[in-house]
Amino acid sequence: MSRFREPEYYDASAEALYTMLPWRFARLRDDTYVLTNMVGEYLTLPRSELESFATGALPAGHPAYNELKSRHFLFDDDTNVAIDLLALKTRTKLAPLANFTGLHIFVATLRCEHSCPYCQVSRANDDRTEFDMSEATARMALDLVFKSPSPAIKIEFQGGEPLLNLPLLRFVVSEAKKRNDAEGRDLAFVIATNLAMLTEEHLEFAREHDILISTSLDGPADLHNRNRPRPGQDSHQRAIDGIKRARAALGFHRVGALMTTTSASLTRVKDIIDEYVRMDFGGIFLRPLSPYGFAIKTKFYQSYDQRRWLEFYFEGLDYIIELNRRGLDFIEHYAAMVLKKMLTPLQTSYVDLMTPAGIGIGALVYNYDGTVYASDESRMLAEMGDQTFALGNVHKNSYEEIILSDKLLDPIEQSFAASSPGCAWCAFEPYCGSDPVFHHATQGDFLGKKPLSAFCTRNMAVFRGLIERMEADEEVCAIFERWANLI
Amino acid sequence: MIPLRARSVIFNEAAVAAGPRIIRLSTNTERPSPLRSNEAFFARFRDPWPDGFSWYVALAGDSAIEMPPEIPGAALPAEFAYLGDGDVISLEPSAGIVRVLFRKSSSYNHFLLTERCNNSCLMCSQPPRAVQDGWIVDEILEALPLIDRSAAEIGFTGGEPTLLGDRFIELVRATESYLPNTALHILSNGRSFAKDGFAALLAAVRHHDLMIGIPLYSDLPHEHDYVVQADGAFDETIRGILNLKQHHVRVELRVVLQRPTTKRLPDLARFIARNLLFVDHVALMALEITGFAKANLDRLWIDPMEYGRELQSAVGVLSRAGIRTSIYNSQLCVLPKDLHHFARRSISDWKQQYLPVCDQCSARERCAGFFETSGTKISQGIAPIIAEAA
Repeated sequence: MSRFREPEYYDASAEALYTMLPWRFARLRDDTYVLTNMVGEYLTLPRSELESFATGALPAGHPAYNELKSRHFLFDDDTNVAIDLLALKTRTKLAPLANFTGLHIFVATLRCEHSCPYCQVSRANDDRTEFDMSEATARMALDLVFKSPSPAIKIEFQGGEPLLNLPLLRFVVSEAKKRNDAEGRDLAFVIATNLAMLTEEHLEFAREHDILISTSLDGPADLHNRNRPRPGQDSHQRAIDGIKRARAALGFHRVGALMTTTSASLTRVKDIIDEYVRMDFGGIFLRPLSPYGFAIKTKFYQSYDQRRWLEFYFEGLDYIIELNRRGLDFIEHYAAMVLKKMLTPLQTSYVDLMTPAGIGIGALVYNYDGTVYASDESRMLAEMGDQTFALGNVHKNSYEEIILSDKLLDPIEQSFAASSPGCAWCAFEPYCGSDPVFHHATQGDFLGKKPLSAFCTRNMAVFRGLIERMEADEEVCAIFERWANLI
Repeated sequence: MIPLRARSVIFNEAAVAAGPRIIRLSTNTERPSPLRSNEAFFARFRDPWPDGFSWYVALAGDSAIEMPPEIPGAALPAEFAYLGDGDVISLEPSAGIVRVLFRKSSSYNHFLLTERCNNSCLMCSQPPRAVQDGWIVDEILEALPLIDRSAAEIGFTGGEPTLLGDRFIELVRATESYLPNTALHILSNGRSFAKDGFAALLAAVRHHDLMIGIPLYSDLPHEHDYVVQADGAFDETIRGILNLKQHHVRVELRVVLQRPTTKRLPDLARFIARNLLFVDHVALMALEITGFAKANLDRLWIDPMEYGRELQSAVGVLSRAGIRTSIYNSQLCVLPKDLHHFARRSISDWKQQYLPVCDQCSARERCAGFFETSGTKISQGIAPIIAEAA
């Protein structure tokens, strides 16, 4: 009678067997499994439904069938646009690779008036200039910077304490801007500074050129000062004053802070977070301690294992979630970057979560003496005497020699997680990165054996922890979704 | 725009001799004479008849009697009293018909391009008809140059406008040529753009302010196909959206809130945020009970109070993903409070109504109100919002 047909008429799902699209799974807990597709969409299923799906026996119309179909784990006679969408999402996840190197780190000087035991690069007395980058070196480094095809170029000044070599900073900024008149890139500058020696002249310089400030804040005064000794034991006070002055001069959002975790931090996560909240930061990056530089020499790295760090991390994460529930918008940056991979079609540019590895592609480091490193960690490794990731020198090598050297290409080639043993079949591969520098440093191998890898242990625990928290609580889903889209 | 077709129009003999005409009205007795030969003078209050206009139009029983007999003239019934300066009308003396094509005083005028459609949506407000109506395009092409060039926005609807193929492109191009400051909104099911070449043709017009509004009803293909009553429509619509965005044509997704698809609204939102993050706007639209929606009322109607939670969740997902999101056609009192700022006063003034109970409501001026066709399908949740003491 009706000219309208019933829903069943349009559902051809059951007419033939479904075709699986690439997917992987891992046990989350007990009977619950997490399934991921090739672009990181996930869902959880009980073991029986997982088995049913995996053996081709899941019936059309089953609730799990619809969820899997909607998330492109399968397609059937009803529709095949899933393949177009999956291809598009895969391209979107990989697209940033084509931009190549966007972050260029200039080590303006190794001099520093702090003497932090965890410092990951060597330091020098602050009156010796032989550890300063020269204008000639900077000029050659800028030649390489503008060889990168990236439409966005960020030049970050590191040290030592880069503000101790202000003339070089001035030179690089004005020279880079001059070259950019013709290049037309999206050019930005960052100074990574402890702010202890901050002067009005520095602020005026930063204001004139829209330079961002990134500083260190390890927590409340006692912890910060213990981690970051300097003459006068006033590092914390100087950092706090510096943050306030820089915000006033440059703009509130142009000042960021990073914390370093030490064994002394492990029992203090709430105090650390509270310090960031008190200082009105929008979030915190609960960072693991890296195994390089002084950190390893001073036995800091061995002083706590991954498990202890994970307790610290999740205690902090849960506290931050609680703050959000109480109405404070505050994010944890590492979680947010992982969640971006889990909950959005986009990709993070954080080097540790890139695959193929971010070395060289994500960032290049130009040391004060012109040595070019594949990453910040590569430079730290070199300071320990291992030159594996020293790619060349701005005075001796061309861009092509540096970028196309086997020293860079070999580890990158070995760092496609999707084809690495242990990673290729891991359900969490879409969320993870590759870190050949870490695995070389800890296992003497770019790839590393994953069951022995602290990188793998830590990331797997974070991925599981995030998914478990979303599974348990809708409000957490909404909070996490917001973080994922903020970063 | 009101697609009024009035048959009680009286044309004089000169009009019948002159034949059909699409013409712009002027009420200005001081109109510069070079313009008059292409315009109709619309007499409103027993104005004296100025010389030189090619047509004279008046309301019947008014000054129509004194109309000069040698100039084509039409006497319109009183319902046309709203017409004014700059409006464009179509006069058909032999059929005794006047149609209003464009109203200058309205912020939004739309043109129905064809009644043909390749979908047959359960709730279609303009049920499709398989008719040969190519003449409509000619009429619009003739009207476009007459439209006031300060018009903010015009719309193309159907039927399915893209079924016109090359003539559709021709219309968009004419809009860009004659209305370089006017936004163009096109309602389409997007299926024609599954052919990449067609999307490329549209993009090649390089319209300065174009938006294609495309309905998407479910993340599950067969559920969408059921609502639009066309097998395979989902895949074509999705491919069409991808092609349009590939060619940088702006796309708005339009989701009608109706019983068959409200349960999966959060899933649809997640699907959009994950697969179609690049769309320019998502409009979640309460059901308008007209056309097919009346015939299918039993399977379509759901009280908005029953889908508040799903709507809340869907809007949350979309807005957190940074997608511009709006709720159309919904009364504020049936929406969860945190959704109020997504609600728009989307019902055109000539379709918009309020209930007696709305008189006590403090939010009435912000509220979309009801379609005049809402009839008996009024939510159980309708209740005046009483302003809280500050």
